[in-house]
Amino acid sequence: MARAFTPKVITANDLLEGDVIYFTAEDSWTRDLREAELITDEAHAQLRLLDAEKQNIKIVGAYLADAKAGAEGPEPTHFREEFRRTGPSNYFHGKQEAQANV
Amino acid sequence: MYKYNEFDDAFLAERNAQFRAQVERRIDGSLTEDEFKPLRLMNGLYLQLHAYMLRVAIPYGTLNSAQMRQLALLAEKWDKGYGHFTTRQNIQYNWPKLRDVPDMLDALAEVNLHAIQTSGNTIRNVTADHFAGAAADEVEDPRPIAELIRQWSTDHPEFQFMGRKFKIAVSAGEKDRAVLKAHDLAVRTVRNDAGEVGYQILIGGGLGRTPMIGKVLNDFLPRADLLPYIESVVSVWNQIGRRDNKYKARIKITVHEMGLDTIRELVDARFAKVRPTFGGADLQLFDEITEHFAAPTFRSASTDAYSWAYDADPVFRSWADTNLSAHKDADHAIVTISIKAHGQTPGDASAEQMRVMADLAEQFGYDELRISHEQNVILPHVHKSDLPAIHAKLKEHGLATANVGLISDIIACPGMDYCALATARSIPVAQQIATRFDEMKLEHDIGHLQIKISGCINACGHHHVGHIGILGLDRAGVENYQITLGGDATWDAAIGTRTGPGFAYDEIVPAVERIVEAYLAIREDQDETFLQTYRRVGMEPFKAALYPDAVKKVA
Repeated sequence: MARAFTPKVITANDLLEGDVIYFTAEDSWTRDLREAELITDEAHAQLRLLDAEKQNIKIVGAYLADAKAGAEGPEPTHFREEFRRTGPSNYFHGKQEAQANV
Repeated sequence: MYKYNEFDDAFLAERNAQFRAQVERRIDGSLTEDEFKPLRLMNGLYLQLHAYMLRVAIPYGTLNSAQMRQLALLAEKWDKGYGHFTTRQNIQYNWPKLRDVPDMLDALAEVNLHAIQTSGNTIRNVTADHFAGAAADEVEDPRPIAELIRQWSTDHPEFQFMGRKFKIAVSAGEKDRAVLKAHDLAVRTVRNDAGEVGYQILIGGGLGRTPMIGKVLNDFLPRADLLPYIESVVSVWNQIGRRDNKYKARIKITVHEMGLDTIRELVDARFAKVRPTFGGADLQLFDEITEHFAAPTFRSASTDAYSWAYDADPVFRSWADTNLSAHKDADHAIVTISIKAHGQTPGDASAEQMRVMADLAEQFGYDELRISHEQNVILPHVHKSDLPAIHAKLKEHGLATANVGLISDIIACPGMDYCALATARSIPVAQQIATRFDEMKLEHDIGHLQIKISGCINACGHHHVGHIGILGLDRAGVENYQITLGGDATWDAAIGTRTGPGFAYDEIVPAVERIVEAYLAIREDQDETFLQTYRRVGMEPFKAALYPDAVKKVA
């Protein structure tokens, strides 16, 4: 039996900065996972991935990543995506640093 | 050390200009990512989890002070103030921006450095014994051969699009400090019974998902045959190596599937064709290169200052006992600067630390530095009288950790803190192990024990050849760490054996502690190292320490 579809977000890296970005429901890119579009339908997910890839001139490597609905928006379900939205654990660099500077 | 000639400068300038134009065309949309990716990889530029990563080659691990200062400049100007020294004698910058990379490459070219062939299916940065040119047990300096191979392999038209990458290491010491048997091809400089210098060739070593120990393909080659022979080996593998499955493409699989004797026959046949095409230009070039590597004139002076400090200062003595190695000149020593301060990231040096090491090399070390595959920095030539001053300076900058070869001198790959391929983190595991054993003040009592950690099956952290190897995996969405014991990275190379089921992230440090407690309890005396004990008693006592519940169930 095929595995049940689990909710997804579309994520990629920014071409110039290289940092982690997420696709929003408005076809734009955000650096905050909580602002990403949470996709709950499998067919819609494939269409949205095509929409995201239309913007390949400014992004790299878009893919569907598992996520779940949280109080403030999508949250990661796997530790890899948790690290991607936070930054490395040995230095306060990456997104955790950027958010601290807001 | 080697200095670029006009040809080298022009080649690199042209290559950097090409890459600058390629970056521009990617940004303006003329190139897709599929088109751009192989071009950026040829120039050492990866895209990792959080950012781009630029991998810069440090050919055979040799640097001068100006080059080290330039590495510091890159860290400060275009990165976050540090660099990461790797197990293949490269340095990686974790945070460059795409637009800045061409400027970084131009800055590197100013000091004869580049990032060419630090990625992609090419012949990678040639590595060497990090004590090259200084070791007491050396037949000859292996670096001229390494430089010859670097020049031959760089942009070699036949070897730009191979089935997979190809890694070469060169060493000339009696001891193997370059992990020769874990390389696709290794050159071991030897002397035959007649006293002539020649080269033993090993092939088919490699770690990764199918770890293999390299085998001797040719016992003794005269210098004139060396380069054509290496070309023949790579050429044969390039044609018969598998391209249907990237996990079976490395030469270790070719050797495993076809057998060493068949490969040898094919190489000999190829060599018969290739050898006549080498008209001696390679030997002339070798002679020119060798002049660049002439040993400095070692100064002669009293070593009393060293003896006094050694007798008077226990901190200096501890450092001298662990971090110094025998130099070919008795009044000199080889200094290994540990980049493994307890709790810090293995292999990371700040821009300030890089400048301090450059200054020390310039002031006391005949302007030479080396990077080791063990992720430390070496001052290869230091007169013993200068050691107290060097130690004092290192102490001021967090560089005087006396732990070389000990349990906290851990090799760790970047793991899932940076690497897009990783399946689990490595760095925090290394930090926690080092911190824990430092707190217990046990590591000098434990003695020589190498822990090597990889955050995925590709084994950049050399876990297979660690006395204790740790492999981080993703088990059902949770980090899990497998342990291997009995690996060996020397000439007696061995692949470690798995202890059994893996351990969760918060269980791995206690697991390592139990292994070490078992070792301390069963070793014959202080002189029996962990590896010797393991070889004497085997896996069982360690299994019992790791899995006490399993033992109880059986009982």
